[in-house]
Amino acid sequence: MSMLTIIDFGKRFTIHHLGKTRQAVEQINFSLEKGEFIGIVGKSGSGKSTILKSIYRTYLPDTGGIFYDSDRFGRIDLCQASERQVLYLRKHEIGYVSQFLNVMPRTTSRQLVEQALLEMGESEAVARQEAEKALTHFELDPKLWDTYPNTFSGGEKLRLNIAMATVKKPRLLLLDEPTASLDQQSKLKVREIIEKLKANGTTLVGIFHDIEFMEGLCDKVYDMKERQLVHEVISNEG
Amino acid sequence: MYEEPILSVRNLKKQFGPGCHQCNQEHDKGLEKNYCPNCGTVYACQDISFDLFPGEILGIVGESGSGKSTLMQCLYFDADATSGEAYIHDAALDGQNVFSLSSQKKRYIRNHKYGMVYQNPVHGLKMNFSSIGNIAEKLIAAGNRNVSEMEGVGKTLLENVHIPLFRMKEAPKNFSGGMQQRVQIAKALSNNPPILFLDEVTTGLDLSVQANVLDLIKRIQRELGISMVVVSHDLAVIRMLADRTIVMLNGEIIEEGLTDQILEDPQHAYTQQLVYSLL
Repeated sequence: MSMLTIIDFGKRFTIHHLGKTRQAVEQINFSLEKGEFIGIVGKSGSGKSTILKSIYRTYLPDTGGIFYDSDRFGRIDLCQASERQVLYLRKHEIGYVSQFLNVMPRTTSRQLVEQALLEMGESEAVARQEAEKALTHFELDPKLWDTYPNTFSGGEKLRLNIAMATVKKPRLLLLDEPTASLDQQSKLKVREIIEKLKANGTTLVGIFHDIEFMEGLCDKVYDMKERQLVHEVISNEG
Repeated sequence: MYEEPILSVRNLKKQFGPGCHQCNQEHDKGLEKNYCPNCGTVYACQDISFDLFPGEILGIVGESGSGKSTLMQCLYFDADATSGEAYIHDAALDGQNVFSLSSQKKRYIRNHKYGMVYQNPVHGLKMNFSSIGNIAEKLIAAGNRNVSEMEGVGKTLLENVHIPLFRMKEAPKNFSGGMQQRVQIAKALSNNPPILFLDEVTTGLDLSVQANVLDLIKRIQRELGISMVVVSHDLAVIRMLADRTIVMLNGEIIEEGLTDQILEDPQHAYTQQLVYSLL
């Protein structure tokens, strides 16, 4: 059974004060098998982020269904799930990596990763050990572990973000433009990181505006045009 | 997933004034904002219902006058609710509407089940008592009588909120606003309450002290698993703290959802105005 099946999904935004609506995406259909990596490409404004944010429920879905095969709840429609269910899934099953870092001020990178684990109920000893492992794994310079991330470069922030999300060992990881605003070398590093995640069996959906870096890594690539997922551009199946 | 809420509030109403033939109707009260133009009765909270779940931080946002603080005062029995029900999930209190309990039982709930941190520390602290004495007062109210044990608990709490112990015998009136707020939090936590109410606790503090208090609140949630209702008009504070958020306007709940959803995809016109005003 697929891990994620999206059926006829659509999202429309209404801005009351301007009396305007905007159909961000419509008739989105795709599915994702366990361990697969799906890439979504498209121009900015084509609706890529809307899909990802709707899966994570940062956006309230409008029409259609987003069916996720959960460890805890079985098959569940993320459009209909209760807020408490979504919070549980975010804590234990679904991770989200954004290009921005929104964290508690004056907290060191080490503490941020540890807190992600402590919130799941891990002991302090385990949290400490796992946090160091994750920071090492994603190659954040140990000199940065005990400093605040506000002075980090884009690439460093991203790696910290990935460490915070993956340390919880999510079954499904959503990557929101993980290569945006990074230089070539940092992009290659992100590719390596995704390779590692894939090798560990994590199921991934990522959106990119430049897909070249993901070549050979994605199992399927969809192109977003005019609010719809039009076709599969590359397929590495078989 | 069936989860038992630790606190359920149903149809809470609070009005100031007797009401008149026009506004006493169940629907179509003809209010202007939250008051009746005919008799001047203010409807501070209208039909408020929500659940608070174990270990979660529930945010309540809204502009001044939206009824946030009145709601907190009713929940903490500082003010009598006009009507409505609240249930605490607890073996001794199960199935009983706490608003209709005797004042003795309400005091028991305040002393054993609730903690409250007010925006103004003057309301939560005895400014002339020593800091440790303030904590002892709450411990005594909760039935504690062993002086050395109370001193031990008090010291641990003050240390937890980073108040230097050499100042524990000093009265909070000598302290800065941020320190007073931290003593207030220590006091509110001293009876180990499962439910903590925080009313605009960072308002008026400078950013650096605010970060301290926010960090403290997050740590309390993580380490003690206390359920909290956090009232704030500051969306940045709500974003940092709350898992779920309720938006209030003119005494009513107009929207509720996951905090990031409220901030990134607000549905109600007023919430949109609020969020889009964020710098």
